[in-house]
Amino acid sequence: MGRYIVRRLFYMMVVILVVSIITFGLMHAIPGGPFSREKALPEETIKILNERYHLDEPLWKQYVSYAYAVLIPHITTIPPSTSLQDDFLVNAQIGSVWFRWMNFGPSFKSRSRTVNDIFRDNLPISAQLGTMALIIAIAIGLPLGVLAALKQNTLWDYFGMGISILGVSVPVIVLGPIFVWVFGVALKWFPPTGWGAKPPYLFGFLPSKLGWDFFKYAIMPSVALGLGSSAVIARLTRASLLQTIREDYIRTARAKGLQERVIIMRHALKNSMIPVVTILGPLFAALVTGTFVTELMFGIPGMGKYFVTSITNRDYPVIMGTILLYAVFLVVANLIVDITYAFLDPRIRYD
Amino acid sequence: MPDLLLDVKGLETQFKTPDGIVHAVNGVSFGLKEGETLGVVGESGCGKSVTMLSVLGLIPSPPGKVVAGEAFYFGQDLLKMSKEEIRHVRGAQIAMVFQDPMTSLNPVLTVGLQLVEPLMLHLGMTRKQADARAVELLEMVGIPKAKDRLGDYPHQFSGGMRQRVMISMSLSCTPQIFIADEPTTALDVTIQAQIIDLVRRLRDELGMTIIWITHDLGVVANLAQRVMVMYGGYIIEEAPVKELYFNPSHPYTLGLLGSLPRLDEKGRHRLTSIDGVPPVLYEKPIHCPFSPRCKFAVEHCWKENPPLDDVTQGHRVACWVDTKTGRER
Repeated sequence: MGRYIVRRLFYMMVVILVVSIITFGLMHAIPGGPFSREKALPEETIKILNERYHLDEPLWKQYVSYAYAVLIPHITTIPPSTSLQDDFLVNAQIGSVWFRWMNFGPSFKSRSRTVNDIFRDNLPISAQLGTMALIIAIAIGLPLGVLAALKQNTLWDYFGMGISILGVSVPVIVLGPIFVWVFGVALKWFPPTGWGAKPPYLFGFLPSKLGWDFFKYAIMPSVALGLGSSAVIARLTRASLLQTIREDYIRTARAKGLQERVIIMRHALKNSMIPVVTILGPLFAALVTGTFVTELMFGIPGMGKYFVTSITNRDYPVIMGTILLYAVFLVVANLIVDITYAFLDPRIRYD
Repeated sequence: MPDLLLDVKGLETQFKTPDGIVHAVNGVSFGLKEGETLGVVGESGCGKSVTMLSVLGLIPSPPGKVVAGEAFYFGQDLLKMSKEEIRHVRGAQIAMVFQDPMTSLNPVLTVGLQLVEPLMLHLGMTRKQADARAVELLEMVGIPKAKDRLGDYPHQFSGGMRQRVMISMSLSCTPQIFIADEPTTALDVTIQAQIIDLVRRLRDELGMTIIWITHDLGVVANLAQRVMVMYGGYIIEEAPVKELYFNPSHPYTLGLLGSLPRLDEKGRHRLTSIDGVPPVLYEKPIHCPFSPRCKFAVEHCWKENPPLDDVTQGHRVACWVDTKTGRER
């Protein structure tokens, strides 16, 4: 298992490298640049700006400098400055020496911020929202799927799967404003916009205080975001469980006289979880790195908007930062999924 | 007949399918005496397994349904029991072993856990007692180093070993009746012989009553005292094992025996086959279900389905024709 994980980590690095090269190439291939404006800037100004951000250099050189800034740790005696060019994600002081790592560069659009600022300020909020949404998705989807499978072709089943169809088909862009209006404006249960948690965060992303001040902001968007995923989980759980309870070993369990509850919980559920776990990986990565529409609907200062605006703004460092972050989350989540398989099914062994 | 351990009368089981209702078991009646071994033979899809699954309430429902019949066990009708009541019979009083040991054990649970489940449930043992008993059971069915294997998963056992585990599991609560549903079909021949020897040994040691479902007449000759031949959801012949082999009376039984190689016959014989395939019955036939494939069929066979009648003491046949003479009875 240990060797397998090391090997996988190596593959992951290769994947991230390829993703970074493709992203870098593609974003520079789009016409226009970070300083293109409707009312064009004077050529002189653009020239100076391009020089300032090294955009006049050959592409390969730009990529190498980017990779260098991100990957190679800087070990220096000079303490961190407030310069936007000098903002590292990891800053560790050992004696008088600074160990500084991962400089994702400044944002071209928000001149006073860096990509690391986005990671520090906006990512935790998206992660909180995404985690909540995922918890809600599982908490609703799993029981709904099990219920529908056990009561197959009854009202329960039709009701559960009906809700599930609704969940898949009604997008957040519809659900969001309805929630805001009904629960935020009309009933005044929750504040219609905003987010409750403030830095500092525990472990870099957990809200330091989990109280009503957090949940009154979090519940509405989390439910709106999680509902669609819960529907997917419910349908998958139902299909998988229905397949499992037709297996011979379930008949064996019945022949032993076990209670139906034990048969489902012990004998069927674990076997039917593999497809469900498979989609949880990508789902987690997608939810946690930020969701553009949900965050927009509920006025949440998360990371989602940067995925979209960075591209229209040709904000090269932000494009690279967000996409690499997503890629890292995705490959790590998939690794965790693969490791989970081994715990679910003893026949799967990695060596 | 009060001396019957299990008395099944007029059992009918149907399956709803998109193509119509399949009549899988059509009025099957049989009795099982304590201590005897009853062989049930017939081609695939003739209703052998469904009959036994129906008795235990293990028919997947929907689509299956037991529509008629009684199955008395110690004066109680198994078919009228509630789910909770029959649950206490299954595994504890009547145990069943299935055809394919590769898929009949849960792949994600340890063999130990699967073995102790019925012990803890039906006998109220603690996990520790049950573990100790599980080791004894595995040793009883001849699994070496049983103690070390409780924590293993089914995929770490070979097919034959898994079937031994299945057998030990079903015998764990010393059931009155042991139903074996083609337990050797999925195994290779040498392992088959080992399993049959094992069951025979256990039967003699424990005095079990056995129903052995198979399509292998050779296995039944070895093991059973009485044999029931099924076709199209009907019992078409039933006799003590020697009587059936020396004096088969139904054309279908004749065909089955004719397709079996025999070492004891002198001279060269060509193995015969029965033309055609067994029917899937969407309707209860008015004629004998075997008549489309029967060499002996006379006009009467196409008009009326023959009842299962005694020809001699203990030998019942459902056929209008006396196969010895070829004439209608």
